Amino acid sequence: MDDFVYAATDPAELAEYRDEVETWMNENMPRRDPVNPWHPTHDDDLKSTRNRELQRRLSDGGYAAVCYPKEYGGQSLTIAHQRIIDDVSMDFDMPILFSVPTLSICGPTILECGTEEQKQRYIPAWIRGDELWVQFMSEPSGGSDMAGALTRADRDGDTFVINGSKIWSTFAQRSDYALMLARTNWEVPKHRGLTMFIVPIHHPGIEIHPIQMVDGTEEFCQEYFNDVIIPAENVVGEVDDGWTVASRLLFHERAAVGNASPYTQGRHRNRSADGLDDLADIARDFGGNVGRQRQRLGETETFSRVEVLLSDRVVKGIESGYFPAPAGSLVRLFHGVSRADRLTVAMELHGDRALVWNQGEDTGSYGVEFVQRQQTCIGGGTTEMARNIISERILGMPRELAADRDLPFNQVPRSG
Amino acid sequence: MAPVRVDLSDDQEFFRETARRFIEAEVPVSVVREWHDLPDGYPQSWWQAAAELGWTSLMVPETLGGGSISGRPIVDLTIVADEMGRGVVPGPFMPTNVVADTLGRSGTDDQQSLLEGVMAGEVVLAWAHCEPGGDWSAGHVAAAASSSNGGYLITGTKTAVEAGAQANRLLVTARTPDGLAQFLLPSDAPGITITPQDSLDLGRRFAEVRFEGVAVGPESVVGEPGAAAEADVERQRLVTVLLQCADNAGSAAKVLEFTVEYAFDRYSFGRPLASYQALKHRFADMKLWSEASQAAVDGAADALAAGDDEARMVSVAKSYVGDHSVDLMQDCVQIHGGIGVTYEHDLHLYLRRATVNRGLFGTPAEHRDALSEMVGY
Repeated sequence: MDDFVYAATDPAELAEYRDEVETWMNENMPRRDPVNPWHPTHDDDLKSTRNRELQRRLSDGGYAAVCYPKEYGGQSLTIAHQRIIDDVSMDFDMPILFSVPTLSICGPTILECGTEEQKQRYIPAWIRGDELWVQFMSEPSGGSDMAGALTRADRDGDTFVINGSKIWSTFAQRSDYALMLARTNWEVPKHRGLTMFIVPIHHPGIEIHPIQMVDGTEEFCQEYFNDVIIPAENVVGEVDDGWTVASRLLFHERAAVGNASPYTQGRHRNRSADGLDDLADIARDFGGNVGRQRQRLGETETFSRVEVLLSDRVVKGIESGYFPAPAGSLVRLFHGVSRADRLTVAMELHGDRALVWNQGEDTGSYGVEFVQRQQTCIGGGTTEMARNIISERILGMPRELAADRDLPFNQVPRSG
Repeated sequence: MAPVRVDLSDDQEFFRETARRFIEAEVPVSVVREWHDLPDGYPQSWWQAAAELGWTSLMVPETLGGGSISGRPIVDLTIVADEMGRGVVPGPFMPTNVVADTLGRSGTDDQQSLLEGVMAGEVVLAWAHCEPGGDWSAGHVAAAASSSNGGYLITGTKTAVEAGAQANRLLVTARTPDGLAQFLLPSDAPGITITPQDSLDLGRRFAEVRFEGVAVGPESVVGEPGAAAEADVERQRLVTVLLQCADNAGSAAKVLEFTVEYAFDRYSFGRPLASYQALKHRFADMKLWSEASQAAVDGAADALAAGDDEARMVSVAKSYVGDHSVDLMQDCVQIHGGIGVTYEHDLHLYLRRATVNRGLFGTPAEHRDALSEMVGY
């Protein structure tokens, strides 16, 4: 299965649904903080509690993750219904933390590959806001080569014993469970010796270390596993067939990042309006070459508008079957490139104030954001991987030579 | 998977497919090359056949015998422009439709009676707007229409007038004491000198048009001088730029398609070019530019059809498509190697046309300047 099923919907029914959602949101959801609408708090504990509470409210109203099947706590509605909720919710505070990866990446992976017990146990808990999930996929040695995982899971009766390390999990210290890919067989080629596990995060043997980024934030974590014991019932899919599960997970990640997933919920700030007026103000305030600043502002406006149009085209095209599902990588690539450009422009418009500033001013944050710029082209799958996917899976070009393809994993050369 | 709109109705898809089949049958690139030697760039009989497919009637109101496929004529028009770009098809498509649109909305009964001939492919229309050293904005028009004997006396020079020497009627934008005004004139009116110009584009035709004291009666005025005429000029400008962008998006998509094919067929060092990651990643970028260009065109067409923020969305399209379509083609030349810079290869036909579209009616940089004002600078 490479595509979602998008049921046809009646426009009149959707219009009615929109009215219903608007009424409900007005009566039940808090409006965004007018001073800081998009990041009301930087306190992680507060963020976690707040998101759980908001998710619970949505769920009580029947507007949480509506594309999930009714038997697991969803509403069995279509992506069109979810997008209506997303539109309407722009003015309201939403449990954005649950959208990615819990509901849109981990969720559909369990829905497709999990056992009946797993689905009944976990899906309703996300929808109600009880449990937040993360992904334990990348490893310090791995980067884009996710199937080269070195974290090991050794069978011991009805349990597995896990040792190793994972990295770049978002908000792990405040989350409850993780989907984790680990190696269960070292005698076979890399894709055939992996298994996907459900791991309780706050569990004996797991240490979580926040990673300090260039800008000082600590959103990402690294985890260390030291003889962590996990019951065999926590395996998702089959033992040694974890790559099948991981491929679905990656598919859902691309869909979520490319705004093509029915399971994302709520929306980040509309990028078309992402502070362009602010940039124009900055350009005036900080002076500099007028001709060049006009060009830079016009370029930024072009990119942000085209990004929205492209995203819309790809979503519609995947729905209609015009694009294959990997077309989400087009949006991913555009976003990476345009965001990096935008951060460059924002710094340049500040002139030397982004480089050297008076104490107490915040113009230096634009310099810092510039230094951290490439994050936007790395996280969630690098732009190089997106280019591989576009050339190989949309244009049909030959796949990259994999030196480790048919080699037993224990014979594959690796770094360090 | 040719990048066309992803939301075409069955009727629009049929219309598009008919246009493509007509172009493939009647004007394959080999024929386009033969037509380069024709003075008009196309045979009259062919333009009449194209008109029969509806290429000149989309913008004409139904009450005057025209009609669109979808009820959104501007969107339907981009479908044809896209296909013409794919085929580097010559012909007075852009100016004829742009002027027909204005006549349909603002023309007198007499002026509108011409539209029957336009829809039959017998009457060609041109818009005499840009002036030497001009920047395509209405504010730059210097051609003067002074009052004289109840009518006007027009003096001025227009350049790069597409189909200027082919047109039966010219729509002239000039300045009167009451503001901008537009006049519809027979191209053989006394005092008008039309001189064909050479152009980078080998297919379409351009001309310089001089007006030396051309006396016209009030019946030649199209619409009302002043604000109404300015609105018409603005609409003509936006529709023209949209069609240029659609044309370039179609051209770029076609060039990318045959360059991808070439990358599969061409072997070096025992491998197809398509197997080299250095090239695959460039193809991925080009695919992105091509799809994003189409998205930008569709966004601009939707904005014009809805009358919502159209100046911004058209400038966004020109800023993006103008640059990326031409960059894409230059990159495809590079991937072709030496053959890509020969006269024999078709690439230059596309690149010539796309470069002309890129520059006329505002370069991408000029449209970015305009956008910077729209975001408050």
